Amino acid sequence: MADNVLSPALPQTAQSAPVLHLSFGMRLQKIGLNPTLLAGLIILGAMILVAIAAPLLTPYDPIAQKLDEAFKPPLSPNHPLGTDNFGRDIFSRILYSTRLDLQIGFVSVMFPFIFGTILGITCGYLGGRVDTLLMRVLDVMMAFPFLVLVVAIMSIVGPGLTGMYIAFGLVGWIPYARITRGEALVNRNLEYIQAARTIGATTPRIMARHVLPNVIGPALVYVFTGMVLAILIGSGLSYLGLGPQPPTPEWGAMIAAGRQFMLQAWWITALPGFALLILGVGLSLIGDGLADKR
Amino acid sequence: MGRAAYIRRRLVLTVFVLFGVTVMIFGMVHFLPGDPAATLLGDRGTQQNIADLREQLCLNKPLPEQYWLFVSGLVQGQMGTSMQFRQPVRDMVVSRLPISIGLALYAVLLAGILTFTFGLLAAVHKGRVTDQVIRVLFLLMLTTPNFWLGILLILVLSLGLHWFPVAGFGTSFTDHIWYLFLPALTLALGLSAVLIRNLRSSVITTTRSDYVRTARAKGLLDRMVLLRHILRNAILSTITIFGLQFGFLIGGALIVETVFAIPGLGQLLFTSITSRDYPVVQAITVVTALMVILVNLVVDLSYSFLDPRVTYG
Repeated sequence: MADNVLSPALPQTAQSAPVLHLSFGMRLQKIGLNPTLLAGLIILGAMILVAIAAPLLTPYDPIAQKLDEAFKPPLSPNHPLGTDNFGRDIFSRILYSTRLDLQIGFVSVMFPFIFGTILGITCGYLGGRVDTLLMRVLDVMMAFPFLVLVVAIMSIVGPGLTGMYIAFGLVGWIPYARITRGEALVNRNLEYIQAARTIGATTPRIMARHVLPNVIGPALVYVFTGMVLAILIGSGLSYLGLGPQPPTPEWGAMIAAGRQFMLQAWWITALPGFALLILGVGLSLIGDGLADKR
Repeated sequence: MGRAAYIRRRLVLTVFVLFGVTVMIFGMVHFLPGDPAATLLGDRGTQQNIADLREQLCLNKPLPEQYWLFVSGLVQGQMGTSMQFRQPVRDMVVSRLPISIGLALYAVLLAGILTFTFGLLAAVHKGRVTDQVIRVLFLLMLTTPNFWLGILLILVLSLGLHWFPVAGFGTSFTDHIWYLFLPALTLALGLSAVLIRNLRSSVITTTRSDYVRTARAKGLLDRMVLLRHILRNAILSTITIFGLQFGFLIGGALIVETVFAIPGLGQLLFTSITSRDYPVVQAITVVTALMVILVNLVVDLSYSFLDPRVTYG
């Protein structure tokens, strides 16, 4: 406690511990993990396992209707989370939709991440007119509310999962371009880049082999924020009926379908949201954990 | 650069962004794959229908001329005719816009109250139980889909405890405040989750600075130092974040409107997509983008008044 009073700004990790007695946290750090990151990875890993093993975890078909079993409350025999208005097992539907929602998270982020990063590095490194142009385009794109722009694009390319991916692809690259451009701008004047230039490395080579590995970190951290955003907005679109069509199990669509039975069967609409929340927390923890590492 | 020069430069940028926004909305119909006339008509499109609609929408004229028609129409408030309802888009948007703006402002007000209360509380009790509870609760809010949060609030506070109306909008002003409380709270919880994180760390950083120590050494009361010295400086970055989040607030408001059956822009937008009523979608896109541009302009300008030291490069 004494050294806390003397130097209150000292970060907690810097407090010395006996060398031989590694704490759990320190052991984690030795293998490149911290508790936040580990917790997030465990949640995401569990979700991926659930998605793969869904048929092993539940005996029910997520879209098979059984009308005499309808509106069973949670904790009923054979139906731990109850059944919906068509007598479909809610637990099974939540498990199976993990597949789709994970897919929405990954696919929606993949293309924007690749495209945004390439664009950001190119403009940040080259500078000049290309860079000015990118900045102006970003200024304009940032003026649109994300959801409204996505919806406007979907009104042209058509609703549904494909339309959603196209819209996310056209809009989602903005943060990655902003992040990597800023980083590339800082890096291009550092000595190691000058050194690479001096020994005659070509511009594409410098961008790919030297700039990219040094600026990719913050963009990777943002990938997880982007996935949370994509899953939240994707499920929102699906809630509005613009995503995957019924009877496909998807959390947002399940929440929407249960809304009209709120008075007699709260569980149909309330329970799928917890799955969204858990996945969101898992991805956020990974993002926060990666950010802490840096 | 002085304040006047900064304001002038910021306004020029705004004009440029406005121009870009119109180009993008115009370009969306023309450069994305598909014939807009055929898309708009969908299944009803025969050769003749499509040709007529192309003529009606001026799609056969050269692009610059089409753009000019689009922009001059916008400036005069002409936003075309709804395909689905056969009435001027302007009237439909104008009657619903105040409701959506009202909901957004209400949410900002509630988010402000939540942010100051919990952000300051967490910062003052840094590392203690209060701080931890606030952080975990609002971390959860950050990843909670707002449409689901709205439904949970309805389930618990309206259907369970009967404290609030389930849905709707009411007729008088006091009614509106009453009916819009839950939707505004739904939005405010999401928005303040971001702001509280920022205000907390910003207050903690500011507390360590020399001038705060000086203020304390002068014997000023803690509350005085917190409000007059710390908060005034810490709030700047939180306001920036607010500006950046405003677009998400508008998007959220549109979804939450549908959850609570509020007759705002959201309902109009989402029914228009299903029926491919592109003029309506276009108009709502323009209007919401204008709102975001305006709010960010105000945020940037408010800087020069909140912190005269800030110089603009």
